[in-house]
Amino acid sequence: MSDLEHDPQEYSGELDRREDHAPGDEPEESAGHWIRNTSLGLGFSILLTAAAFWAVGTHLIWGPAIPIALIVFAIAQMGVHLVFFLHVTTGPDNTNNILALAFGVLVVFLIIAGSIWIMHNLNQNMMPMDELTHMQP
Amino acid sequence: MSPTSLHTAREAIRRVSEDPHRLGHRAHEGEGPLPGAGHGETGPADKRIIVGYGFWIFLLSDIVMFSCFFAAFAVQRNATAGGPGISQIVELPRVALETGALLLSSYTCGLSFAATNARNKLWTQVFLLITGLLGLAFVAMELQEFISLAAHGITPQRSGFLTAFYGLVGLHGLHVTIAGLWLLTMMAQVQVKGFRREIIHRLICFNLFWHALDIVWIGVFTIVYLMGVRG
Repeated sequence: MSDLEHDPQEYSGELDRREDHAPGDEPEESAGHWIRNTSLGLGFSILLTAAAFWAVGTHLIWGPAIPIALIVFAIAQMGVHLVFFLHVTTGPDNTNNILALAFGVLVVFLIIAGSIWIMHNLNQNMMPMDELTHMQP
Repeated sequence: MSPTSLHTAREAIRRVSEDPHRLGHRAHEGEGPLPGAGHGETGPADKRIIVGYGFWIFLLSDIVMFSCFFAAFAVQRNATAGGPGISQIVELPRVALETGALLLSSYTCGLSFAATNARNKLWTQVFLLITGLLGLAFVAMELQEFISLAAHGITPQRSGFLTAFYGLVGLHGLHVTIAGLWLLTMMAQVQVKGFRREIIHRLICFNLFWHALDIVWIGVFTIVYLMGVRG
């Protein structure tokens, strides 16, 4: 028997609408609400994934623009997952979740963009490999 | 002005100046503070919220770690040292199957949580089992890819690019494997202990983790595989 079973705060199994909510959680809704939500998310995700795989092989999009299109599809699908699977919303009960997410996105952006920028600069300023090998005795 | 209303007004000004946006203290829909919801001075929020939020912070830190591997991959992408490049090792049909398996598993994971909320043990277990099997299929396909690449001498030691490739894709695969083990223990806990308070908290965390892995996979299949097709 764990201590948790003797929790003095009685657990009704329900969340109140007026509370803040953690991601992935919502106040008690009928199973139909959850299933509808998740199914919508699956539908949008399938569309976006199919679009991404289609964009790779197509000649309809100008070649150099394809990576941009892929990134747009990927970001859109991440948004769909956040909203429909993780239940992160813009509501007042989600302020803390959104702030934490925004900070995470900032750090991710700094790490990826910063690394690419710095390493690109280093590559530009480095002596070409063949010259470097000639210099060795 | 009576002393009590003066005191109330002072109290209100103090609270606004200390916490202008009322973060975490907001009573929604114009109602008063709710006991046990972390509103005002009513004590900490429900454990269900604290656990989920704490796990959300962990997930974000996990995603920051993934971003380091993504950055390494982006930097090493062309460092092939004369070995095979990304366009030579991508097999799109396999990636499409992997993506489908993981997306469907995310869907069934969401359905299992719907069943959890309805306190339906049978459907929770059924959907968790399907989620686990789809995850297993994903890991099996990825392992098969690694093994067939290694059979052609395409191993992580070959070049900086391959190190970054195996590192990033392998880290994600490792996460899915560990999440699969977690899923098995969750199924056992639901079976033996039922929908107790702490079990539901763990199920919330597991759901978050599984969905987050799918979000990371979106980045992997887009940046590594789809963008790699054209070299």
